[in-house]
Amino acid sequence: MTRDAIKDVIIEIVQDIDEDAETVNLDADEPLRDQLDLDSMDFLDIVMELRKRYKLQVPEEDYPELASLNSCVNYLEPKLKDL
Amino acid sequence: MFEDMTHQRVVITGVGLAAPNAASLPEFRHKLLNGQSEICEIEHRYIGVVPAGICKFPETKYRKKKENKRGTRAGCLGVYAANEAVNDAGIDFTEYKRSRTGVYVGLTEHGTVETENEVYNISQYGYDVDYWTHHHNPRTVLNNPAGEITMNLSLTGPHYAIGAACAAGNAALIQGVQMLRLGEVDMALCGGISESVGSFGIFASFKAQGALAHHPDPRKASRPFDMDRTGIVISEGACLYCLETLDRALARKAKIYGEIAGYAMNSDARDFVMPYGPRQAECVQLALERAALAPQDIHIVNTHATGTRQGDIEECRALAGIFRDCPATWFNNTKGMIGHAMGAAGVLELAGNLSAFNDGVVHPSINVDKLDTECDLPNLVLNEARPVDRVEAIMNTSFGMVGVNSVIIVKKYTA
Repeated sequence: MTRDAIKDVIIEIVQDIDEDAETVNLDADEPLRDQLDLDSMDFLDIVMELRKRYKLQVPEEDYPELASLNSCVNYLEPKLKDL
Repeated sequence: MFEDMTHQRVVITGVGLAAPNAASLPEFRHKLLNGQSEICEIEHRYIGVVPAGICKFPETKYRKKKENKRGTRAGCLGVYAANEAVNDAGIDFTEYKRSRTGVYVGLTEHGTVETENEVYNISQYGYDVDYWTHHHNPRTVLNNPAGEITMNLSLTGPHYAIGAACAAGNAALIQGVQMLRLGEVDMALCGGISESVGSFGIFASFKAQGALAHHPDPRKASRPFDMDRTGIVISEGACLYCLETLDRALARKAKIYGEIAGYAMNSDARDFVMPYGPRQAECVQLALERAALAPQDIHIVNTHATGTRQGDIEECRALAGIFRDCPATWFNNTKGMIGHAMGAAGVLELAGNLSAFNDGVVHPSINVDKLDTECDLPNLVLNEARPVDRVEAIMNTSFGMVGVNSVIIVKKYTA
């Protein structure tokens, strides 16, 4: 999966959680939670959705890796490279 | 330190509701007077097509879609009804503090829908519990619907659920009255909510009891008192009332729907499912005593009857005994039009009758083509609305499984 594709997946998941989320002008380096109306429960929705879609288990200690769009892509790229 | 509030008169000043045929009290009243059912068919996993009452209301009027998605259907129904009630009462929380407002919600059950959904969800992943949602606990705690209301309206007073099977809405209304009289709160937002249509198990359980209604035309499936009834139509719904003490309501010139004149609850202490008329009669008597009213003083008895043979007959026997010499007492039933909204049933059905204080009309019980002679109460209003001479007191009965009975009497407000 390409970096852009991974980014699209994350945005798609966020929009599925909150279809009113303004995802167009997201700063890819800033934490998602600072830019969107997301809380810790929403964040766990992202983790769950990755598990459902890709059988990907994100251990709790890795949660900070999913903070921003870019950190998500960096973290997920090697894990999703064969998809 | 504590003011004696125990004899305070308590009045209804706001009503918010979502029913299977209406999303406001005026619309509800209009549909009931016209005998209009909007019971439809839904398809449920495992159980197939069944008649059910589904509420159509603007779900995102008071909160975002995201919050509806995170919360429960009961929360969604409750947030809508609560906002409608508060707006209807003209309460903007200047006269009342949010910290002195209590939210008391009656529920027949809660969590069944969410648990069934999660078990189904993990079944799609080989029953791996890693796929069980983190939302399950906050969705299934019993205070969930009441709590969702407090979050939405920023109410910081007490909130909790009252469980009393299908008498729960009335039980929560009673709780509201009691908390006002105890001085625990200054305003009570109380009533009942049901999301039971989301559970296949509730349908399946009634079916297993031989008590699930069926009919080729879903609008004719719910038919209390009729010989051809086949059982209960399960509905979702919500009805919340703003209750205030009379002096405060008068002070802010609130519109007053009626005064809670009396109430009673008791227990059959006999059977898990079978209703028991003699105990229902005791409950009615107790409510009358507390209201200091005679049976003759009640002008509308809005019955609980759900469309099961035994339930309808037990209740009619109980009522016939008490109201035997009451030519000005009229009987009706709302479930023919809206099905059985479970925890919301009693309060929703009561709300549908409150306007009779002003319009003097008794809404009909519909779908009674062949009246069961054992349900032949005198003055039973069937199939057509009936204008009557006087409506000064309305009684609602609501009974529930495991033998829980409730009766509420509302009087027209007079100084």
